[in-house]
Amino acid sequence: MTTTLGVEATGPTRPRGGDLVQQFEAGLDAPICLTWELTYACNLACAHCLSSSGRRDPRELTTEQCEAVIDELERMQVFYVNIGGGEPTVRPDFWHLVEYAVAHHVGVKFSTNGVRLTPERARWLASTDYVDVQISLDGATADVNDRVRGPGSYDTAITALRNLHEAGFKDPKLSVVCTRENIPQLDEFKSIADAYGATLRLTRLRPSGRGADVWDVLHPLPAQQRELYDWLVARGDNVLTGDSFFHLAPFGEKLPGLNLCGAGRVVCLIDPIGDVYACPFAIHEEFLAGNVLEAGFQHVWQTSRLFADLRSPQTGGACTSCQFFDACRGGCMAAKFFTGLPLDGPDPECVQGYGEAALAAPREVPAASQDHSRSSPGRNAPVLLTLQRRPPTTACDENPLAGTAASAHS
Amino acid sequence: MVASGAEQARVDLAEAWELSPSVALRPEPFGALAYHFGNRKLTFLKRPDLVALVRALASAPSVASALDIVGISARQRAAYLDALSGLAATDMIRKRAS
Ligand code: SF4
Ligand code: SF4
Repeated sequence: MTTTLGVEATGPTRPRGGDLVQQFEAGLDAPICLTWELTYACNLACAHCLSSSGRRDPRELTTEQCEAVIDELERMQVFYVNIGGGEPTVRPDFWHLVEYAVAHHVGVKFSTNGVRLTPERARWLASTDYVDVQISLDGATADVNDRVRGPGSYDTAITALRNLHEAGFKDPKLSVVCTRENIPQLDEFKSIADAYGATLRLTRLRPSGRGADVWDVLHPLPAQQRELYDWLVARGDNVLTGDSFFHLAPFGEKLPGLNLCGAGRVVCLIDPIGDVYACPFAIHEEFLAGNVLEAGFQHVWQTSRLFADLRSPQTGGACTSCQFFDACRGGCMAAKFFTGLPLDGPDPECVQGYGEAALAAPREVPAASQDHSRSSPGRNAPVLLTLQRRPPTTACDENPLAGTAASAHS
Repeated sequence: MVASGAEQARVDLAEAWELSPSVALRPEPFGALAYHFGNRKLTFLKRPDLVALVRALASAPSVASALDIVGISARQRAAYLDALSGLAATDMIRKRAS
């Protein structure tokens, strides 16, 4: 919203005056963009899975514990949660929890590969206002998609989109992680979304979870970053980006969105066992703020040391002298962390090219703090997963590394 | 992102308005967040007195009287009317029969 009205100082620790970005940097009373991964279980094994999903974690929150989390979100007035996983719909109580959330005035946007979106479910979803559905697709053609997401996953996603459309579900999201292989297909993605009355949502591939293993071969090349930016400027009016691409702002005008790293400030993640992380792309003990089972989610959000640190003024390091720092702010914290770059330096995909230089220098990539991948690739494993996973060096080092950041309408 | 295609509603001083039934307001240190469960738009009310104004609309006979109740000076009225029109464009507030 554009108003000519400024912001008034409201408390001793708040920035006085200043714009919304400064207010957001200091954190909000409750997150705007809360992701909740209900399970690590998944029927697929996408090569770039941010949470290294596959197997269910035996410590997964029970139905009652999940309901207690929803009760708390209602009290905190968290307007909606982004539910993901894993594949959330494989939890037997998934639809119950969605209904429970809606009954408690917590809207639900859930991400799915489409596996449980039968025509019957689609009709139920179309009958309620409080639920939004996001179907993941990472190629506009089956060959590009299935290489990353596994055989058959393209058809599953398209069938789900069709079921939603035929049931009269309005405006689902078609969610695409931009890769080297699908950047040439942006127009085709838009056509698919249009054909099913969906809104296209493009997000950034981040080197998190299994994404770390394939990031080197899948992340867009420098010329493609430009192509993506130009496409967003030309055709991006009704395309959502979850504020993913603010590191591309130095190419020209700012893209719509908050343009800041929201981790622990307006963004956070609750994982299947109730652990709270600063961001869905930062599932690592380094960014673990607490657990909802200890004293509740609000307690973690409002009192964790980690979040207090993330909300305190950050140093821009080597980026401070960059003329684009105001727009780009050094990019994505998680992308830097998982590629072993300093958190106060340039993003690995810095459009000035400083990221490539930094990636070429000696660096230590952090070890994963968890991995729920299935130990042997199943029959639905994508080609890229079997080709690209780095061989384990030691038993405990099996995966050497462990995707609406917040946007006003992510 | 600014709503595209929304009819550019103008909020008039003499009209009666109210917060839309599908909107929830959450107080924040800078003002409030407003979320519309129907069109899923999130909006920031950047000043506490704008929040007070939006809350005052429903019980005031007109926008003009809501502005008075909240104590908005004559000089600032135009800016607040603009802000209300912005909110009307995304159905955060809607017109009611006075
Ligand atoms: S910029 Fe990166 S670390 Fe920050 S909120 Fe977005 S995805 Fe998370
Ligand atoms: S040097 Fe830093 S601030 Fe400048 S464009 Fe690169 S990442 Fe962004």
